[in-house]
Amino acid sequence: MTVQPPAGSHASPLGEQTSLAASARRVYGLILRYWYVIRSSWPRTAELIYWPLVQMLMWGFLQSYLAQTASFAAKAAGLFIGAVLLWDILVRSQLGFAVAFLEEIWSRNLGHLMMSPLRPAELVAALIAVSLIKLLVAMVPVALLAYFFFGFNVLGLGIAFAAFFANLVIMSWSLGLVSTGVVLRWGLGAESFAWLVVFVFLPLCCVYYPVATLPGWLQPVALALPPTYVFEGLRGVVLEGAFVGHLMVKSFVLNLVYFAAGCAVFAYFLQSARVNGTLVQMGE
Amino acid sequence: MQKMMPASDGALPPPVDVRELRKVYRDIAAVDGVSFALERGAITALLGGNGAGKTTTISMLMGLVVPTSGVARVLGVDMARERHKVLHRMNFESPYVDVPMRLTVRQNLEVFGRLYGVRDLKGRIAYAADDFRLTDLLDRPYGKLSAGQKTRVSLAKALLNDPELLLLDEPTASLDPDTADWVRTKLELYCRGRGATVVLASHNMAEVERLADRVLMLEKGRMIADETPEELIKRFGRANLEEVFLAIARRDADGAKDAGGAS
Repeated sequence: MTVQPPAGSHASPLGEQTSLAASARRVYGLILRYWYVIRSSWPRTAELIYWPLVQMLMWGFLQSYLAQTASFAAKAAGLFIGAVLLWDILVRSQLGFAVAFLEEIWSRNLGHLMMSPLRPAELVAALIAVSLIKLLVAMVPVALLAYFFFGFNVLGLGIAFAAFFANLVIMSWSLGLVSTGVVLRWGLGAESFAWLVVFVFLPLCCVYYPVATLPGWLQPVALALPPTYVFEGLRGVVLEGAFVGHLMVKSFVLNLVYFAAGCAVFAYFLQSARVNGTLVQMGE
Repeated sequence: MQKMMPASDGALPPPVDVRELRKVYRDIAAVDGVSFALERGAITALLGGNGAGKTTTISMLMGLVVPTSGVARVLGVDMARERHKVLHRMNFESPYVDVPMRLTVRQNLEVFGRLYGVRDLKGRIAYAADDFRLTDLLDRPYGKLSAGQKTRVSLAKALLNDPELLLLDEPTASLDPDTADWVRTKLELYCRGRGATVVLASHNMAEVERLADRVLMLEKGRMIADETPEELIKRFGRANLEEVFLAIARRDADGAKDAGGAS
């Protein structure tokens, strides 16, 4: 059977292009593209979960051991596990954002995307959505493991967890914007930057120790980073049972600055890639 | 269909209007003062040896590369500044740019259909699949297709939005003669039937002779010929476009040898 051209095929097959709905349709189209990739390969899904699970097991058992031998650790049950969970939210969300973009270069599809009507802001929106999807895929099993193996209920943190989560993912998107901007400008030679940039924040954001542990000259650096307030906040909740709201407000304000800077850096490097011709050499 | 922006005298602007286009990378001019305007519905071949400036020119027409100076207007729009106003009315195909390998043919067409805002997407995909003999391949991953099948998918993607302007970069490279002929016929039918404007970069001179209404030849970033294939062949006194191309390329090589001998 021969398929007939859609009715009115001499008219344009295209719908409206400039409205918010058209923009949402393009973002949804790109989210579908990443969702199909996640769905098509169980090893990829397993890879998303693997490392957070290993981390959780290691820190969970360490915390259990310390709880038997040290009075502080016994008192601070959940401190390490909570920190690992929150740290993984930052790492997985940033990698989810950056790796989704790297997929376009690995599959030599970036030219098609950049040539399509997709706007840069829509590309960023789709990457943000995909980072959230990947984060859920990775973190739900880990949170369940923390609860059933080590008795740590992350949702038991209540409103504090929502504030921690929001501040960490916004920071991860800022890092994602900068790292993908760098890859846009310098190509796959800068790929390792996208993988590694987040880890510089592990010592600086005081994930496992208070800010006071850092030397005096480094403390202002730590306090200029939004995640530092999240981990300080976690210690407040776990050790003292107090949620310090103003720490989250500081983190959020800093996050707004970092996100705006991330958008500016991404836009600058995208334009720079168009000037330097690197956009058409991606993957080569 | 979105209306073309009329020129000040009421006539439609040329679909492609390039003025004194220049792109310099460090101190090398990849494109050096190229000017041309294309007629609506014409197939224009962009020829030249490796490094002549074809890809850079096409990249500037797509707005992926910003000119150092000059302007590339496509469908009435300066592509360096306002490319998103017209990107839905054009499309692009190249064997050197893939669609995602892990996605099936159907998923790829669905994703690009949404990016381009195609209405009645299911019907459009069914039509494209039938038109490009892809119906049996719709649920296979793109990465597992042969070169010829991949080209058919890429073409289906390129025509999904019924583009007014089609940019083709060596569309039949690495295809067997039968598949290449099928692709040429398909392109010819689409362009003549739709009245679409086509820019074709190719190293296959027989293909250019068959498809092109006009030839723009680049050498070291400069335009050295702008005429019909027949006029070009006649001017060089050769039997076909392949011989013209070789004559131009070897003229340079001979010139280089002469220069070397003189020194």
